[in-house]
Amino acid sequence: MTLTVFFFYLFAILAVVSAVMVITVRNPVHAVLFLILTFFNAAGLFILLGAEFLAMLLVIVYVGAVAVLFLFVTMMLDVDFDELKAGFIKNAPAGLLVGGIVLAELVLLFAGRSFDINLGKTLGAATPTDIDNTRALGQFIYTKYAYLFQASGLILLVAMIGAIVLTHRVRDGVRRQSISAQNARRPETAMAVIKVPSGGYDIPAKIPAEAKLRASEAQSGHSPAGKSPSDKTSAEAAE
Amino acid sequence: MIYAAIVFLPLIGALVAGLFGRGIGDRPSEIITTACLVAAAVLSWVVFVDVGFAHTTTKVTLLRWISSGELDVAWSLRIDTLTAVMLVVVTTVSSLVHIYSIGYMEEDDARWRFFAYLSLFTFAMLMLVTADNLLQLFFGWEGVGLASYLLIGFWWKKPSANAAAIKAFVVNRVGDFGFALGIFGLFALTGSIGFDKIFADAPSLVGKTMDLAGFKVDILNALCLLLFVGAMGKSAQFLLHTWLPDAMEGPTPVSALIHAATMVTAGVFLVARMSPLYELAPTASLVVMYTGMVTAFFAATVGLVQNDIKRVIAYSTCSQLGYMFAACGAGAYGVAIFHLFTHAFFKALLFLGAGSVIHAMHHEQDMRNMGGLRKHIPITWAMMLIGTLALTGVGIPFVGGFAGFHSKEAIIEVAYAAHTPNNIVFWMLLLTAFMTSFYSWRLMFMTFHQQPRWAAGHGHDDHAHAKDAQHHDAHGDTHHVHGDHAHTPHESPLVMLIPLYALALGAVVAGIVFYPHFIGYHYKVFWGASIFEGANNHIMHAMHEVPKWVPVAPFAAMLSGLALAYVYYIAVPSLPDATARAFRPIYLFFLNKWYFDELYDLIFVRPAMWIGRALWKGGDGAVIDGTINGTASGVMAGTNRIVKLQTGFVYHYAFSMLIGVAAILSYVIAVAGGFGGVK
Amino acid sequence: MTIGIAHYLVVAACLFTVGILGIFLNRKNVIVILMSIELMLLAVNINLVAFSYYLGDLTGQAFALFILTVAAAEAAIGLAIIVVYFRNRGSIAVEDINLMKG
Repeated sequence: MTLTVFFFYLFAILAVVSAVMVITVRNPVHAVLFLILTFFNAAGLFILLGAEFLAMLLVIVYVGAVAVLFLFVTMMLDVDFDELKAGFIKNAPAGLLVGGIVLAELVLLFAGRSFDINLGKTLGAATPTDIDNTRALGQFIYTKYAYLFQASGLILLVAMIGAIVLTHRVRDGVRRQSISAQNARRPETAMAVIKVPSGGYDIPAKIPAEAKLRASEAQSGHSPAGKSPSDKTSAEAAE
Repeated sequence: MIYAAIVFLPLIGALVAGLFGRGIGDRPSEIITTACLVAAAVLSWVVFVDVGFAHTTTKVTLLRWISSGELDVAWSLRIDTLTAVMLVVVTTVSSLVHIYSIGYMEEDDARWRFFAYLSLFTFAMLMLVTADNLLQLFFGWEGVGLASYLLIGFWWKKPSANAAAIKAFVVNRVGDFGFALGIFGLFALTGSIGFDKIFADAPSLVGKTMDLAGFKVDILNALCLLLFVGAMGKSAQFLLHTWLPDAMEGPTPVSALIHAATMVTAGVFLVARMSPLYELAPTASLVVMYTGMVTAFFAATVGLVQNDIKRVIAYSTCSQLGYMFAACGAGAYGVAIFHLFTHAFFKALLFLGAGSVIHAMHHEQDMRNMGGLRKHIPITWAMMLIGTLALTGVGIPFVGGFAGFHSKEAIIEVAYAAHTPNNIVFWMLLLTAFMTSFYSWRLMFMTFHQQPRWAAGHGHDDHAHAKDAQHHDAHGDTHHVHGDHAHTPHESPLVMLIPLYALALGAVVAGIVFYPHFIGYHYKVFWGASIFEGANNHIMHAMHEVPKWVPVAPFAAMLSGLALAYVYYIAVPSLPDATARAFRPIYLFFLNKWYFDELYDLIFVRPAMWIGRALWKGGDGAVIDGTINGTASGVMAGTNRIVKLQTGFVYHYAFSMLIGVAAILSYVIAVAGGFGGVK
Repeated sequence: MTIGIAHYLVVAACLFTVGILGIFLNRKNVIVILMSIELMLLAVNINLVAFSYYLGDLTGQAFALFILTVAAAEAAIGLAIIVVYFRNRGSIAVEDINLMKG
C-alpha cells in the first residue's frame, strides 16, 4: 500500500510541478519538454489506476506524436528569444486570484465531504477482473462503442486532411504533375508529322496543334510536367 | 326663426369674411358683414318692440347638444325682455361700429380679418345673451373673450398689442375660473344648468350650507360670489380691471364695440340674468354692490390724470360699470340694465368720436398734443359734446335730460335708497359722479379747446412746445423732416360720421323715451319674468321715494365738476401742472393706476414666469431633454466602455470565460447546494 | 492512508487550473496556449480514469481514449493554424494577435 501511496504522491507532485513549469518557463522548447514530463507522470498515474493501455497510449500518442509535433513547430517557427525575456504580465494577480478561486471550488466540491460513489448499479461496462485491461477495452470498444470508434477515426482523418490543406502552399517554379492534363492528352495534339529539311530545323511553335496547346497551358498557369518528354517525343517522331 | 336669424347672421358674415376674405377682397368682406349686421340690428329692434311691448317671450330650441347622464343641454335661445334689450344694444352698436370701421380702417390691409373678427364677436355676444343655459352662456362668454383677444391684438406686429391681448385673455381667464366653479356648483346642486331648472330650484337652496375646508359656507352665497368673480373678470371690476386700459391697444372701433358697449357689459348681464339667485343671496349681493362702488371710485380717480384720450374713456367705462354693479347689488337690476342701455350709446359715441379725433390727428392719441381742434373738426366736436353731456348726466332734475342723466341719477337714487351704513355707497357714487364730470370735461377742453399743441407734436418730435405754434403749417414744414402728417386735422368721412349721428340720437333721447319702461311705472310690465325680485326687494319703490335733495345731488355734482374743469383748463391753464406738482405722490399714484400693474407683476407675473422658466430650463431642459439625451449619451458612454472589452486578445476572452465559470461554480456551491450526489 | 478518489480528483483539479492559468498568463507564445489546452484535457482524462477505477466501470477509460484521439487531432490542426499564421504575420506573440479588436 505504501508503495502505491509513495508513487502516487511522486507522480502527482511531479505532474503538477512540471505543469506549472510548462507555463512559466521562457524558452518554449523547455516548455514542451516539461509538457512531456507531465505526460509521463500522468501515464504513471494511469498505471496506478489500472489503466495500462491508456497509459501506454498516452506515452505513444501524446508524447510520441503530439509533443513531438509541438517541438517541431516550436523549432520551426523563428522565435526571437530576446522578446521572450520580457517581464511578467499586468493582470497576473487577478488571474491568479480567479484561478485560485476555481481551484478552491473544484476541490471544495468533494474534499470536505464524504464521497459516496456508488451511483447505482447500472454500469456501462463493468471492469472485468479476469482479463487484462487492454483486452477488456478492446472487447467492448469494438462491440459497444464501435460506431464511436469509427467516428474517432474519421475525426483523425479530417484532422489530417485539414492540417495538410491549411499549410499547403504552392511555390512557384516547382514542377508538378497535372494528372488531368496528362489524361487529356490526345494523339492529335501530342504528335505531329513534320517534314524536316536537312541541315537542321528549328522547331518553333509552327505546329499548329502544339502551339495551341502551349498557349492554353500558359493561360492555366502551371506548366504541366511531361512537357519535355512529349516535346522530345514529337520531335523524335517527326524526325 | 327671426331669433335664429338675428343670432346667426353675424356668424354667416364672420365665416364668409374669415374663410374667403382673402379671396374675395376687403371691400366685399366689409359689405357682406356690415349688411348681415344691419339686418340683424333691424330684426332686433323688431324683436325688442315685440317682446318689450307686446310681451311675447319665447324659447327656441335649435339643436340638441349634450345628453349625458344627468346633464342634458341643448342649443336654445331664450327670448325675454332682458334678452331683447341686450339684442338691441349689441346689434345696434355692432352694426354702427361696422359701418364706422369701413372708414376708420380704410388704410389697413387686413380689413377682411377685422370685419370677420367683429362679426365673430357679435355672434358670440348674441349667443351669450340668448343663452338658455349656463353652458351656452359660457360658450358665448369664452367666444367674446377670444374675439377680444383677436381684436386687441389685431395689429399683431406691435409687441405691446400682443402683450395687451394676452393680458386681457389671462385676466379674463381668472374670472372664468370662478365662473366655471360656479357653474359646476350649480350643476352639482340642482342637477341641471338650464336657467329654468336653476331658478325653480333656487328657493330650496336658501340657507343650505356646505363644508369648505373646515368652514361652513352658505351655498347660494358662495355660488353667486363665484359667478360674480367671472363677471368681475369680464367687466373689469376692481382687482380684475388691469386688462381694460391696455385693451386700448386695439383699433378704436374695437374699443367702442367691445370695451364700451358689449363685452364688458356681459358681467352686468350675467348678474341680472341670475337675479333669481342673487335675490336669495344677500351676502353676495352686498359684495357686488360694494365692488361696484369701489370700482367706480377707483376708475374715476385714475381717469382724472390720464393723458391718452382712449384711456380716459376706458376708465370712464370701468367706472360706469361699477355703477351698474352697484345697482345690481342693491337689487335694482332694471336700473342697472337701463344704465347699460344708455351707456352703450353714449360710450360708443365717445369712443367713436375719439376715434374720429385720432383719425383726424393721424393716429395721435395723447391729449397733451391736441388742443384747439374745435375749429377744425366741428362735427366731431359736437358729437363728443353730446356724448359728454350724456355721460356726465346733464339734465334738469325732475324734468329730463340726456340719457345718462336718467340712468345715472336713477342709480344714485337707488344707492341712497339702499341705506348702506352711513350711506357710504351713495356718497361714493356721488363723489364719483363729480369726478366723472371733471374728467369728461377735461377731455373735451384739452382736446377741442385751449391752444393747439399739435404743431410740433404729432408724437414724433422731441421738442414739444406746447403753446407757441399758431401757424403750424409753416412750422410743420420745418419741423417735420420725416415728411408725414404736416397737414391740418380734417373732418372724418361721412361713413364715419353717420354712426356718430345715430349714436348721438340714442344718447339724447334714449333716456327720456325708455325711462318709464325700464324704471318707471311700466317697469314691471316691461321686464316681465326676466328679472326677478325677491320678496324683500322694494328698492324700485324706495327709489322713487327718496328725499327731494337726492335727485338734485348728482346734478350739483355734475355742475361742480364742469366748473372745476373749466377753471383748470380754460380759465387758469397753469393749475393742472401746479396741482400735480403740489400733490405729486397722489398724482403719481393715480397716474400709475394705483400701482396695480406693478403689484400684479410682482405677485403673479414674476412668480409665474419664474416657475415657467424653472420648468422650462429645469424640467423640460434638464429632466426631460436630459433624460433623453442622457440616455442616448449614456448608451454611447456605456458602449464605449464595453467596447474596450473587445480587445481582440484571445486570452482576455478566455479570462472572462474563466470568470464566468468561477461565478457559476460559486453560485452552485453557495446557493444551490452543490451538485447533487455529493453528501 | 489509502489513496481515495478525492486525491486523484485534486490532482486533476490542479492540472486543470494550471492549464487555465496558462492560457491567459502568457503573452509571448501562442504554442503555450495549445499546451495549456493539452494540460486541461489531460486533467479531464485523469478524472475520467479515476472514476472508472473507483466505480469499476470501463466506460470512463473508453471515453478517455476518445478524448485522447480528439485532443491529438485538435493539436494537429491548431499547430497547422499557428504555422500558417506565423507565415502570414511573422510573429507568434500573443500580444500581437488582436485583429479582432473592437
